[in-house]
Amino acid sequence: MNTMMLLEMAMSGFGDRVAFTDPADGGSITYQELYDAAGAAAHDIRESGASRVAMLDVSNIAVPVALFASGWAGVPYVPINYRLTGEEIDALLARVTPAYLVTDDERLPHFQDRDGVDPRSRGTFLGVARGGDGHAEQRSMDPEDIGVLLFTSGTTGIPKAAVLRHKHLVSYIVSSVEFMSAAEDEAALVCVPPYHVAGIASTLSSVYAGRRVVQLANFSADAWIETARHEHITTAFVVPTMLSRIVDALEGEKTAGMSHLQSLSYGGGKMPLSVIEKAMALFPDTDFTNAYGLTETSSTITVLGPDEHRAAATSEDEAVRRRLVSVGIPLPGIELEIRDEDGNALGTDQRGEIYVRGEQVSGEYEDRGSTVDTEGWFPTRDAGFLDAEGYLFLDGRADDVIVRGGENMSPGEIEDVLLAHDAVRDAAIVGVPSEEWGEAVAGAVVVNSDTPANDDLIADLQDWVRGHMRSSRVPERIVFWPELPYNETGKLLRRVVKAKLTAPAQNVRAAMPLLYVADIERSRAFYCDQLGFTLTNRWDADGRLNWCQLEMEGATIMLQSAEPDDLGGLRNGHGDIALFFLCENVDDLHEQFTGRGVDAPPPTVAFYGMRQLSVRDPDGRELCFEHPVSAA
Amino acid sequence: MTTLSAGKRLKSAVCATEIMVIAAPDGDVDLCCGGTAMGDGESNGGAVDADHAGGTAIGKRYVNEDGSLEVLCVKAGEGSLSVGGAALNVKDAKKLPKTD
Repeated sequence: MNTMMLLEMAMSGFGDRVAFTDPADGGSITYQELYDAAGAAAHDIRESGASRVAMLDVSNIAVPVALFASGWAGVPYVPINYRLTGEEIDALLARVTPAYLVTDDERLPHFQDRDGVDPRSRGTFLGVARGGDGHAEQRSMDPEDIGVLLFTSGTTGIPKAAVLRHKHLVSYIVSSVEFMSAAEDEAALVCVPPYHVAGIASTLSSVYAGRRVVQLANFSADAWIETARHEHITTAFVVPTMLSRIVDALEGEKTAGMSHLQSLSYGGGKMPLSVIEKAMALFPDTDFTNAYGLTETSSTITVLGPDEHRAAATSEDEAVRRRLVSVGIPLPGIELEIRDEDGNALGTDQRGEIYVRGEQVSGEYEDRGSTVDTEGWFPTRDAGFLDAEGYLFLDGRADDVIVRGGENMSPGEIEDVLLAHDAVRDAAIVGVPSEEWGEAVAGAVVVNSDTPANDDLIADLQDWVRGHMRSSRVPERIVFWPELPYNETGKLLRRVVKAKLTAPAQNVRAAMPLLYVADIERSRAFYCDQLGFTLTNRWDADGRLNWCQLEMEGATIMLQSAEPDDLGGLRNGHGDIALFFLCENVDDLHEQFTGRGVDAPPPTVAFYGMRQLSVRDPDGRELCFEHPVSAA
Repeated sequence: MTTLSAGKRLKSAVCATEIMVIAAPDGDVDLCCGGTAMGDGESNGGAVDADHAGGTAIGKRYVNEDGSLEVLCVKAGEGSLSVGGAALNVKDAKKLPKTD
C-alpha cells in the first residue's frame, strides 16, 4: 500500500487530464506527466541517500511531485511551515537530517553548506523531475512504511512530528473518495498550505477523483475570488478565517456570482454561525460541507454535508437547527466515543474528550510512539459531545491549545513570556471565540501590588509579548484580576478563566463595574426594603453560609465571601457586605440609588478579599466585564 | 490458496486485472480472477472462464458475502473476481460530499 498507487491508477485511468495548475507561473502538469516526474524525482531522492524529503515552499507544482516521489522512493515526506521564524525552521530541519530539501530561490543560499541538508531550488528539482527518466524505479508496497511526517504544535509548545503511514493515507482516500468521480471540467481551488494535513489530503483526494487542482500560494480574499471566477472553480476548501474574509470582501454584493462553485467545504476550526449564514446567502447555488479532522487522523473524520446544512438551516426543531454548528457525522469506517477524564464513556449531550477509531487513524508521533490504546482508540484532546442522532459538536480543546486562524499555539508559551515581565505576578492565557480567527488570544493577569492596572499596562504587556514571540501570540485582550482560579492541587482552572473571558460581548454592561461596600446592619433594611433588591442566603455543602444571592433589576449577583460565616448575612473578612453594581462610573452608581428615590450613598468603592463574584443576567448568562474589580 | 493481508497486490493469470487487498480474513483465501487463482501475474496459458467474465473496473472495491474480504481494483481486466467459486460484489460506495 503506497500513495503512489493512487497516482498510478490516475495515470492509467485518465493520464492526459490536467492534474495541477499553478496560476502564479502559468504552469500545469497532467497525471501522466506527474507520474513520470515522480519516478524521475524518486530516483534522484534515492541517489541522494537522504532519510527525509523536506519541502519548505508555498504551493506550487513541485509540491505534489515531491509528495508522490517520496512515496515512490520510500522516503518520508516532511512539509515544513514556511511562516516559522528562521530559528524555528532550523530546529525542525535538524530533526529530519539527512534531508533532501526543496525550497524557493530566496531561501536556498541559507541552507547551502549546512550539515545533513542537501538543498535544491524548486526550479532545479522540477528540472530533474520533468527532464529525466527513472520511472522503472521499484517501490515498496509495505503498508507500514511512513508516508508523511507533519509537525504539529502540542501543549508543550515543542512541535511533535505526527507519523502518517501509507496505510493511513491510502485507507482515508480509498474509503472516502470515489475513483475518477470528478467530471473533466471540475477544478478544485486549494489555498491551504502544503504543511497542513488538509493540503496533503486535498492533493491525494483530487488525484484519485481526477479533479484538477488550482493552487493558490498566498491566500487573500480578493485573490481567492478572482481565481475562483477566472478558473471556473467547482470545489474549494477554506478554513473559517478565510471564509470570514471572503464574506467580508463580498460585502454589499447580493450574491458572489459564482454559480460554477458546486461545493465549498470548510474546517480546521470553529465556524461562527453568522459567517456560515452569510456565506450560504452569498453562494445560493453552492453545497456547503463542514469537515472535522486532525493531522493524526489523516484529515477528515466527520462531515456535515449539504443536505444536513439545508435541513438544519430550515428546521423548526431547535435540536435540528443547532446542527448547523455541528461538525456532522463520522465517515464510513470511523467510530467516535466521548469519554470523561477517567476514560469512562459518556452519553448523549455530555461534554468530554473525543476519541476516534478507524483505519485512517494514526495517533502516532515520532520518538514518542503511539497514543492509541489497545482497542485502537485515539484520544484527540478535542472536547465535544454527540447529540441523539450522533452529530458531533466541538467544544474547545481538552488540553486548551489555542487554534487561531488554523494556527495552533500553546497558552503556556505565552504565559511564560508574560510572567517574565516585572509587573506580572500571575497570568493565564486562553482562546476565546473570534469571528475573524476562530479563536483569539486573551489573557487574565494578576499584577504585583505596586503596579497600577490600567490601559497603559495592557499596551505595555502586548508590546512585551510582541517583542518576544510571533505577533499571532499577542493577546488581543488582557484583563486584570485580583487572583486566578486554581483547584485544590494548585492546577490552574483554565476553563473557568475561559468561561469568564468568553461571555458574550453584548452582555457587557460596564466598562468598570463598581463594588460598593456597606455595613451589614444597614444592608438588610436598606437594600432589600428601600431599594427592592432580593437578598437570599445560600449555604454550602457543609451547611455554612458563605454565599449570598442578590437579585436586582436585570441581574442576579452571586457573592461568595472569603470566610464562611453564620451571622445571618454575607460578610467578607472586614465585616462588610459587598454589593456589585453595573455602572460606568461613580455618577452612575449614584444614579442606581437616586433613581430609586433614596439619597445617594457615599461614593465608597473598594474591593475587600471577595473570593468569587459571579454576575448573571435574567437568562442565567454570566455577564462579562472589560476591566477587573479593583481597589479605588 | 494463499494468505492475504492489507496492502498485498495480486494480478490475474488470465487477464489484465490487478487488485490490492484492503481487508482480508485470517487463513488461506482462494481468490480468483476469471476463474483462475490470482498471483504474481505469471500467465498459466489459460483464458477467462465464461462463468467469470463479467470484468473488473478500476477504482471499484469488491467484497465477499460477509464483508471479511475487501479488495480494490487498481487495473481493469476482462475476468471477474471470486472466492471459492462465489463472485465478489462491488461495494456500494456511499456518496460522500467532497471535503478537502
